[in-house]
Parts: sequence; C-alpha cells; structure tokens
Amino acid sequence: MMTNANELTIAAARDALRKGELSATDLTMACLTAMDAGDGLNAYVHKTPEIALEQARAADARIKGGDAPDLCGIPLGIKDLFCTKGVPSQAASKILNGFRPEYESTVTAKLFDAGAVMLGKLNMDEFAMGSSNETSCYGNAINPWRRGNDETALTPGGSSGGSAAAVAADLCLAATGTDTGGSIRQPAAFTGIVGIKPTYGRVSRWGIVAFASSLDQAGPMTKSVRDAAIFLGAMAGHDPKDSTSADLPVPDFEAALTGDIRGKKIGIPREYRMEGMPAEIEKLWTDGIAMMKDAGAEIVDISLPHTKYALPAYYVIAPAEASSNLARYDGVRYGHRAKLAQGDGITEMYEKTRAEGFGPEVQRRVMIGTYVLSAGFYDAYYNRARRVRALIKRDFDQVFAAGIDAILTPATPSAAFGLGEMASADPIQMYLNDVFTVTVNLAGLPGISVPMGLDRQGLPLGLQLIGRPWEEGDLLNHAHVLEQAAGFVAKPAKWW
Amino acid sequence: MSIDIDTARKVAKLARIRVEEDQLPALATELSGILGFMEQLNEVDVEGVEPMTSVTPMRLRRRADQVTDGNIQSRILKNAPDTREGFFAVPKVVE
Amino acid sequence: MLDLTYETPKPKVIAGAKHDWELVIGMEIHAQVSSNSKLFSGASTQVGAEPNSNVAFVDAAMPGMLPVINEFCIEQAVRSGLGLKAAINLRSAFDRKNYFYPDLPQGYQISQLYHPIVGEGEVLVEMGPGVARLVRVERIHLEQDAGKSIHDMDPTMSFVDFNRTGVALMEIVSRPDIRGPEEAAAYVTKLRQILRYLGTCDGNMQNGNLRADVNVSVCRPGQYEKYQATQDFAHLGTRCEIKNMNSMRFMTQAIDYEARRQIAILEDGGEIVQETRLYDPDKGETRSMRSKEEAHDYRYFPCPDLLPLEIEQAWVDQIAATMPELPDAKKARFMADFGLTDYDANVLTAELDAAGYFEAVARGRDGKQAANWVINELFGRLNKEGVSITETPVSADQLGGIVDLIASGEISGKMAKDLFEIIWSEGGTPAEVAAARGMKQVTDTGAIEAAVDEIIAANPAQVEKARANPKLAGWFVGQVIKATGGKAAPQMVNELVVKKLGL
Repeated sequence: MMTNANELTIAAARDALRKGELSATDLTMACLTAMDAGDGLNAYVHKTPEIALEQARAADARIKGGDAPDLCGIPLGIKDLFCTKGVPSQAASKILNGFRPEYESTVTAKLFDAGAVMLGKLNMDEFAMGSSNETSCYGNAINPWRRGNDETALTPGGSSGGSAAAVAADLCLAATGTDTGGSIRQPAAFTGIVGIKPTYGRVSRWGIVAFASSLDQAGPMTKSVRDAAIFLGAMAGHDPKDSTSADLPVPDFEAALTGDIRGKKIGIPREYRMEGMPAEIEKLWTDGIAMMKDAGAEIVDISLPHTKYALPAYYVIAPAEASSNLARYDGVRYGHRAKLAQGDGITEMYEKTRAEGFGPEVQRRVMIGTYVLSAGFYDAYYNRARRVRALIKRDFDQVFAAGIDAILTPATPSAAFGLGEMASADPIQMYLNDVFTVTVNLAGLPGISVPMGLDRQGLPLGLQLIGRPWEEGDLLNHAHVLEQAAGFVAKPAKWW
Repeated sequence: MSIDIDTARKVAKLARIRVEEDQLPALATELSGILGFMEQLNEVDVEGVEPMTSVTPMRLRRRADQVTDGNIQSRILKNAPDTREGFFAVPKVVE
Repeated sequence: MLDLTYETPKPKVIAGAKHDWELVIGMEIHAQVSSNSKLFSGASTQVGAEPNSNVAFVDAAMPGMLPVINEFCIEQAVRSGLGLKAAINLRSAFDRKNYFYPDLPQGYQISQLYHPIVGEGEVLVEMGPGVARLVRVERIHLEQDAGKSIHDMDPTMSFVDFNRTGVALMEIVSRPDIRGPEEAAAYVTKLRQILRYLGTCDGNMQNGNLRADVNVSVCRPGQYEKYQATQDFAHLGTRCEIKNMNSMRFMTQAIDYEARRQIAILEDGGEIVQETRLYDPDKGETRSMRSKEEAHDYRYFPCPDLLPLEIEQAWVDQIAATMPELPDAKKARFMADFGLTDYDANVLTAELDAAGYFEAVARGRDGKQAANWVINELFGRLNKEGVSITETPVSADQLGGIVDLIASGEISGKMAKDLFEIIWSEGGTPAEVAAARGMKQVTDTGAIEAAVDEIIAANPAQVEKARANPKLAGWFVGQVIKATGGKAAPQMVNELVVKKLGL
C-alpha cells in the first residue's frame, strides 16, 4: 500500500491497479483526502465523494475481471464546464446557479464508461472567459506554486485554472480541461503540467457548455505526456450528436510514444519571437530547440506571417459566437432568474437576470460580440476576422505542406502572475496571455504545452508544440521527447 | 471606431444586459478600447480571401427522420425557475 | 412539356380620393416540412401532445446541446424547390438569427440567410381560364419554427410550450409580383396545392402548418412596370409586412384594409413607415406590432455548430426522378386526354387524391361522363356529409361500374342516381346490385311503342293540346316512363312520342 497514491501518474496507477498493488477505492480515498486538504487552492467547487467511491468500487470489480480499460479506477477532476448528470454544472457562472443537468456530456460519459472516477467539479473562469481564473463566480483558484518563499497568491492561469491547480497539487491524477484560445495550455504551463488541445473535431463538444463553438475543444490536463496520450485516447472519438465531430478512428496515442523523432522537421516560427519577450522565455525556447536537435530532429526556420493578427481576429470571433451562445441564459428554463419589481415585464426579466448572472468579463465579451455582429459592422469586423482566420490557417497549411512535422513555440509570454495584479490593467493586457496559443485554435490544430523548467523565482515555464491536424499521436511523441530531455520533475512545495 | 454612450446603451439593450445610466460612459470607453485593438485587422490584405466557414473540411452529418427523443417533460422542466401545468412561466409578454 | 400561353391578369386598382392606386404584394410563406422528427432533434413533430413533451434537450436549448440535421427535411426542401422549377443550391449554409423571445429558447433561430438551399423558381397562378400570373420565387430556405407563448392562461404570466420549437419550416419568399388580394389568395392556394402534391407540407392552415407574411405596398399606375423593367424597388412604395396570416379570407381582408390605409396616408400627404403589422379579424384592421420593432437587429452569422450543407447533384437527380406529376401538367393532361373543361379540370386537380380518384374512374371510360359523376354526385355527396375523398364509401371502381351501366344503356340516369345511393349506404358491385334490384331500363321498341300507343289512346285531349304546343310532349314521356315502372329508356320514349304524335 502506497502512502501518496494521489501523486501517481495515470500510467503508474493503471499498472499498479492491474497488478493488484493498489485498489481503486484506496486510490480514490487518497485523492479525496488530498482534495479536502487542498481546499486552500479553491480548485474544487463541487465535490462528489459519494459518486467517486461508488465508481471506485465498480472499478475494482471490473479490474478484478481482468479486462479493464486504461482509465478504469483512475480518479479525475472535471472542469465545471462539462455537464455532469445530477451534479452541479454551472460554468463557474452565477447565471447557472443550481443547475443540475439531466444529461451527461459525451466526454464524461466516455470517461465513466471506461471506469474513470469523478472526484468533483473544478474551478474555472466564468464560461471559460479568462486567463487567470479570476472571473469565476466561486472565487479565484490558486496556483500551488509560489515565488520561492513569497506568499503572494498566484494565478494557476485560465480558464482551466482549477484543473491545472488540482493536477499540479496532486488533488487528482488528471483533469479535463477545455481550450478556446489557450485555456488548457496556458494554465498547464503556469502550473508545470502537461495540457493538450486536440484537433478541432477530435473530441465531442456535446454536453460541454459552449463559449465559442468554432474554437472550443476539450482535452486532458495531466502530470505527464504519457498520461495525456492515455487520457486523450479515452476522451476522443466521433460523436454523432456533434455535427463538428470528425468521423475518424482514434489511434493508440500511447503506442505513438516511441521517443524517436529522428529526421523530423521542427519549425521555429520567427513571428513568435515577440518584442519584449522575457529573456527567460527566450532561453527556454532556445534550450527546447537544442533538445529537439539533439534528439535527431531537423530545425527549420519558418514564417507564419499572419500571427500578429491572430489575437485581434480571435477577440472578434470568440465574443461574436459567445454573444449568441450565451443568449440562452435568460432565466426562463434554468439557472438564475432575477427578482422582479412591480410592473417588470419580460424585457426587465432578461436584462436584470443577465446583469446579475453574468460577471463583468462575460458581460464585456457578450457586448463586444453583439456589437461586431450588429448591422453595419458585420463585414468590417466579423467577416474580416473570418478572412484573417482563413489566412492564419493558410500559413500553417503551407508550412505543413512544406514538410514541417511540428512547430515549437513558447507556451506563454510569462510565468504565472499574482492574483489581482492585472486587475487595474485594461482587458487587452490580459488577452495578451493567449498570444502564442490562439493561432492554434483559429487554425483548428492540435497543440500541447510541456513543462520545461523553473524560472528564477521558482515558477514553472512551458513550451508549446503544434502538430498537423489529426496527428496528435505524432505531436505527443514530439512532446514526449521534449519532456524526457527537459526532465522536469519539480513539484510545488506543499503550503496549503 | 469608437463607441459613444448611445451606442453603448444600444448594445447593452440588444444584448439584454441591464447597464445603469451612470455606468454607460465607462462601458463605452472600455468597448472602444477593445475595438481599437481589433482595428489592427484593417492592416491585413484580405482581397479575394473567403471567410473561413469551417475549420475542418468535413461533410455535414445527417440523421434519419426518426423520433428518437422527447417525452421527457419532467426532465425538461426540472431546472426551471417557474413552471405551471407543464409550461414554463415568464412575466406576461405583450405583443 | 406543355406549352400554355396565358394572358396576364389586370392588377387590382383602388380608386383613392385623388387618384387611382395599384397594389404590389410579395409573400413569405412558412410551410412546415412534413417529417416525423424536428429539423435538428429527434423529438416528434406531432401536434396535440402535452406541453413540453415533444421536446429534446437541444430544443429547450439546454447548455452544451448541439443540433444534428434531419436528412429528410433537406430532401423535402429540395423536392419543393424542384416542384417550383427552382435552382437547387448544392452548397448552402445555416445562419443564426439572434433575438430574445420566450418562445425562442436558444436566443436565436437557425435559418439560412446568406446561402439558402433553393434559389429562384416560379409559381403559375391562374385567375381564370387562360388568365394567369407567373409569380417569381426568390428563394426557399430551411429554418426552425419557434415555440408557443400563451398569454391568456394567467393574469400576470405568459406560459411557454416548446413542442413546436425546432420543427422544420420552409420559408418560401416570392418577388413582389402579386397584384391584388385575390391574386394573393390564389398564389397561396396554388403553392399549397403544389406542396401537397409533393408531400412536402400538409398545408394545414388551421394548425399553422402553412402561414404567410404578406408585404403590401401601393403605387401609382405605371410605377410597377418601371420596377419590372429595372428591378429597382425605388419605383415602388414603402411596404408594410402583415405577419402570420393563416386564413385566406382574413388575408384578402387584411390586404385590402392595409392598401386602403396606406392610400389614405399617402393622399393625405403622409409617409408610409416600414413596419410589421398584425391583422385583427374582429376589428377588420391591421395594427403596428411594436414588440417586433423594438430591436430588429438580428445579427445574422453562420451557425458555428453546423458545417456548410453540401449535397450532390446525383442525389438531386434521384429526387427529381421521383417527382410526381404536378398540378399544371395534370390539369393540361386531363383537358387533353379526357376533354375536360378548364373549370372541371381545375376542380379535379385541386387535390391529388381527388385527381387520382377521377383518373381511376375515367380510365377507359368517357372522361366527361366520369367528370360529371365525380364532381356532381360524388363531391356533392362528400361535401354534404363532410367526408373526405380518402374516406369515400363509393370507390372509384364502384363509381366506374355505375358509369359503365349508364354508358351501355342498361340503366338510366335516374336509375344511376338511385344505384349510387344504394352503393353509398350499402356497398356492393353496381352491376350485381342493379340486377338484383331489377334496375334495368326497357329498350325493347315494341314494348315501349305499345305503352306509348296506350297513353295516346287514353288521353285524346292532351293529344290535341300537344299538337298545338309541342312542348307539352314531355307530359306523354313522363306518363310512359311511369307506366313502365321507370324502366323505359327516356331517349327512346321521347323519340317515339314525337313520332306518334306527328310533331
């Protein structure tokens, strides 16, 4: 019996479960204990210990049967954006107060079918809009990492901040995240874990609260690249209920981790060398390039000329789609309804409900989206942004057509920052967090964030690898090589 | 393009989000700032470029015309703030 | 194909206080697609269910729910397009029309603004024999229906039912080619007829399965011709849209009222405000719908939950190959093959079932005789009893049998009517029933001649009168038929009476 089973990777736990060295129930108990002890991180917002233990017992029985899938008995945290049947699912928004879905998202259904255990729902930015988990109606999630002995609470990143904090602090073995502009990869980088956003269409969106439908994609947040491969295999696959889901077979991603990238061409996009990039990020990137080269890959300088316009295009397209996706939160069928004054009619109900239910960032984006779609501005903003998006995708298409296998970039422009530090900055400063990650969503490509090392203050930093569409296996293999070479094993000192 | 107070009021109305009159100037300024950031898109030559319709070229999946869903009235109504006799209830709508 | 040339009907002219005015009308018809399940969900389209029971999670716009399109609805739209001789767009796309309303749970309607599935087509609207208007159809697009709000069940609350939410509609948009209230009604009738022939919409207006938004404007004579020459709307007046008409009678009334309202404003020096109006049948007037005016910035954009809809020409061809004969062609064929009048052909082709019935009766028989019996006897009786053609107790075979007995001279017209009554209420094979009941007209010349002689001999005074006034010969015919128990063939009796009286 291990003492710190919650610290295991999925791969290690899977092997131990199969060998009978560990029971799913004990593993789950260890995670539940860690979860309760981790309240200071505010990572979990709805705990589900009864469900977890019941699932663990079922998993134990199944493992005894001898044909349990990889995730059988593996305790996971689930981002609050996923609808989980009978369990509060409110996208960290007050407007979904009390909402308990009568249905199970395709992703969580697949995970549970594979025998996975749900520990609870994880904190996030409201409706996944944010890069610091500061827009949550549950309050901030807190990064388990600190700047040395400085007790300043840092952001775990966002929007999947609760997922990142929970995985980094071993409050679960892994967690689901979603990524619309970097919401898996940025928090993964801020907390020293692995996060992959799959190709758009690889993972079903059915039952995941929509932010920007053409950009949203769910993916795993894990302690290792191998875990990401195992987890992604369980999440992915065609879903006839999602018209944008790809009808393609899901390869064995774990089997793709050969560690051999000899002869592969790694593109280094010159446009990602941003002005004012911190030296530490620059060095991290250079080190990463050297590691890939040492592993036998060929390094190629490439150009993705429209990179600069990805962020403004994203901040037109995502709010436009969001303004429409969030119109359903009107107080009629579920969630919050404002108390009405005498004489208030339906319009007052809408306006008060939405003003009370949506936080400031969500309101801001809904209004920006409303504006860019409104009469007279549609072509100038929305259609222009879609054209630019086509150009951004073409940049990638051309690079891949020229033989590039993967693209290596920084994951974030900085390490985790302090909670509240950006409070007085204008919204655009916060948006800049996504500068290296949004291009991937706009082009629908797979991207992975790999932890590489610590900065001077002792905070983790990550690099991003971008792969060809539908080639997550190959991408994970590149990430695996980088992970091995970087040998990042640091863990946050437990203070919580 | 900068947003004036009237436009901010109109946008809030269109989005059905109540914004108090004294908050409108701040909203207008904020929205203008974000739109200013988007103006960068005007630098891009998009002549002859089709707006992207779907990020992954696939055939739209169709389903057969069969009744496979519904008959779940209680589950449809379960989360509603106010229901009456199987209906959702809302403040009176005047047409 | 039939080459029919028509004369164009005259536009309706309304005399104002100062001058004459003409009407210009364009229509948006919302036709519910006949399908088992909804456009984007597997919930049933059946009417009359408990509130919110034909609702899937996606119809109620639950968080994270996604639309998946019903292939049959696409096929029905294509079929409708082909029926209107329209261009089928192999690539179309779905857009979201955003607005807030309690019966619109998503906060948007999925529709097709930018790239509809069906392009330009036409509808031939007949206004009389040889008179017809060719109304151009601009487009047909697929979209979701909204739910239903009920405002009169509670003093302070409205109640919302989503059973109808997401049912597939075809919006059929015409050009402003309709020139009067009667033409408008005829256009809707014709469109409904075509859709019912195609089986793409049941056309039930009472249930709201076919409803029209009517755009009405008025202009001075001559302006419309300028519009037609240039397609420039500037030559036309400002239009108002009358929403949700689902009765032909109210529609013609509403158009008439609206035209006169606009004329009064214009002649008074005023201006027409483009707006949406509602017809109040109790007051017989239209009124402005302020709720629709408040925010009509629909912020259309492509629905990101759906990919563009691409269909293959081969599939369209397959659908085209299974198209039924359409009303215009059927009518022309009935006139050519069965010698029907324009009027009879219209009556017999109005409904597909009736046309099929007629054709079964007429096949191998005299078309006019068949038409007479179907229209006068059968339809008359069905109408009287309120029975539809599909439930008729007298089958086409049976009616054909009756017509055969008349044609062969075995029974008289009078007998045939009696026989029809018997078959209607008791059934049976007409020939057998006629035989069993001794319904057979006497055609033996000798027997009839004897009867004629007898009546003439017995009524010398009448003979005198008839010789002075030959019109009175009919009295003798009646007497003879009566004397033979109604069995003497009337034609034959008539001939003999005339001969014997020496008229």
